[in-house]
Amino acid sequence: MAVDSINQPAPPKVALINDPVARALFFQVLVLGSILLFGGYIVNNTMDNLASQGIASGFGFLETTAGFAIGYSPFLDYSEENTYGYALLVSLLNTLLVAGIGVLFATIIGFIMGVARLSKNWLISTLALIYIEMMRNIPLLLQIFFWYFGVLRALPGPRQSLDFNGTIFVNNRGVFMPSPEFESGFGVVTTVIILTIIGIIFLARWAKKRMEQTGQPFPVFWTSLALIIVLPILAAAVMGFPMGWNHAELTGFNFTGGTEVPPELVSLALALATYTGAFIAEIVRAGIQSVSHGQTEAAYALGIKPGITLRKVVIPQALRVIIPPLTSQYLNLTKNSSLAAAIAYPDIVLVFAGTVLMQTGQAVEIIAITMGFYLLVSLIISMFMNWYNKSMSLVER
Amino acid sequence: MAEQRQYEVGMHPDLPPPASLVGVVGWMRANLVSSPANTFFTLLAIYLIYLLIPPMLDWLIFSAAWVGDDNTVCKNETGGPIAAACWPFIKAWMTPFMFGRYPESELWRIKITYVMFGVALLALVIPQVPFKKWFALFLLIPFPVICFYLYVGGSFGLMYVETNLWGGLFLTLVIAITGIVASLPIGILLALGRRSNMPVVKAVCVAFIELWRGVPLISVLFMSSVMFPLFMPEGVNFDKLLRALVGVTLFSSAYMAEVVRGGLQAIPKGQYEGAQALGLNFVKMMYFIVMPQALKMVIPGIVNTFIGLFKDTTLVGVIGLLDFLAMIQAGSSNPDWLGYLTTGFAFAALVYWCFCFGMSQYSQHLERKLHTGH
Repeated sequence: MAVDSINQPAPPKVALINDPVARALFFQVLVLGSILLFGGYIVNNTMDNLASQGIASGFGFLETTAGFAIGYSPFLDYSEENTYGYALLVSLLNTLLVAGIGVLFATIIGFIMGVARLSKNWLISTLALIYIEMMRNIPLLLQIFFWYFGVLRALPGPRQSLDFNGTIFVNNRGVFMPSPEFESGFGVVTTVIILTIIGIIFLARWAKKRMEQTGQPFPVFWTSLALIIVLPILAAAVMGFPMGWNHAELTGFNFTGGTEVPPELVSLALALATYTGAFIAEIVRAGIQSVSHGQTEAAYALGIKPGITLRKVVIPQALRVIIPPLTSQYLNLTKNSSLAAAIAYPDIVLVFAGTVLMQTGQAVEIIAITMGFYLLVSLIISMFMNWYNKSMSLVER
Repeated sequence: MAEQRQYEVGMHPDLPPPASLVGVVGWMRANLVSSPANTFFTLLAIYLIYLLIPPMLDWLIFSAAWVGDDNTVCKNETGGPIAAACWPFIKAWMTPFMFGRYPESELWRIKITYVMFGVALLALVIPQVPFKKWFALFLLIPFPVICFYLYVGGSFGLMYVETNLWGGLFLTLVIAITGIVASLPIGILLALGRRSNMPVVKAVCVAFIELWRGVPLISVLFMSSVMFPLFMPEGVNFDKLLRALVGVTLFSSAYMAEVVRGGLQAIPKGQYEGAQALGLNFVKMMYFIVMPQALKMVIPGIVNTFIGLFKDTTLVGVIGLLDFLAMIQAGSSNPDWLGYLTTGFAFAALVYWCFCFGMSQYSQHLERKLHTGH
């Protein structure tokens, strides 16, 4: 017994205040307690305030008739008799629409400008530099205002609208484009398109497998391009071209028919795309520069052609650097689309956190839904990024 | 005919490079017309410049109205606004653009703080000036207090100035600088919390940071303007500007936390272990060892956050504060000056651009200076 007590001395006596475990526990209880107290205080005050102002709580208001009009609703038919919940859906789709258009064009602008920035041509790279530095250092809201008030609202009225070849009309009410019109029999063409896409997926798999087994390459890209163009046209020709264009026409004081794109959407998408495009250009430039020149030289030394070197050596490595910050730029663009509220494009912030909040006064629920939507989007994007990083991370032996 | 001298092999004096490879011609050959594609791009760029620059210069300078004290010089024959910039508009509205509706007799209060801020900032930025620590301390602690008493007034015999009279570039600067200064300590705490081993503290900090980073600033501003009054006990009503400031601070502290976290992660583990081996407790370790290194490393990140915040302050116009951009819109909706909004925007763009570009150049300069590694 005596030997045991010598070999295993009792743990040193530490005062409770110096014990790391006890300290950690104490701090966490303190943090949690103060948050709960503060939260309880706020909830209590809010309840009191809402009760004294006679504002209802809960999400029942979503079922109530909205009673206001929404200026632009391209996907769903909306009228004043619809509910607040439906108005939320419409405005949410509007946000996603402008974010989608913005992402598409920002990516195109960003890649062009990023490559132009690295051009050997001094004029081109300087122009790209000027573009990037100008766009990045001017607030987005100012750019949106410029496009909206300075350009689109300053255009002539419908009667003097700018006429592009008699098909596209631009005036201060927006952009008017012809819209495709599908007659019966177009379903066959759609089916052919879907079948072609499925076929191309199988073709790409087969080509990859053969490449891995025999080393024989197969021109998948050109074959699929030819297929996707030729087959639907053939199908349409067989069915007697069952489609036409619905042209916009000037009747009275405004245009009817075709697709109308309001100036708010045009200026918002334009400003978002050019602004975010400048940031994407810097990301693309950094990504391309991050691939060391040795990679290219090694590929050339192995006798790989320049085009294939670019496609199979440089771009995959550059994309690994480009994609993570690129997705966060997409997220920024989606969040920035909320500036729509400043030029009255009916997005979720204007319609929901603006009009609906004004009408119902249910600030807590409405702000929670609005923020929840953006949080959901950023959650989805960060989940994608984690998945991408995992699938792209270097597999080390 | 010149006499041809014979040289031993290797004894010929160096000749200058061919004229086509040096000077302007050589530079142009290498950078503009080195290949057919390159020549094509050069022509394309020249065409683009031709399309953009002359009309822009014409609008901004040559056709623009420059001198005059009222709107008569900015009218065309029919009495409408001219199709070019109208700089007298900016001149006439300069004071509101800079200071909002702050009483003109009290403007010296703002100007004094500008001078103090400028001197202290210059002292910080110029490497040769000594006593940097004291200038920084002055900017962080006494200066905001002085500013608060000078701007608001109501004590020391100064006239009380309501915050709804504040506006213009002054308000923009107040919001941006308060936002960044107030968010620094909160951001440091959040960053430490996020790296803590205590699960509750860590979860709270992560949730807080990700919540604010996931939502747009405009929804935070809407929240602060409609929800904060509900949070307060009945009867307590606080200022619209203060509400916006709290919203902006919460928002930017989340971004600041991520910047600081980057600095903390870059400190090698040996620094922590060395400090602990010396018997320093957590606060001393952070204050003496970790933070001085981490914060120095993230100065460029802080400047970049500040640039972002400076641009984002334009959003406070949406909740009804008259910041620089909102003031310009207000100015050009004045019946005397209708139709010169674009001139106002050009001026605003120039001012914002100078601020942001200057700061980004400074931050890049710092990055190069601090990059003392390999």
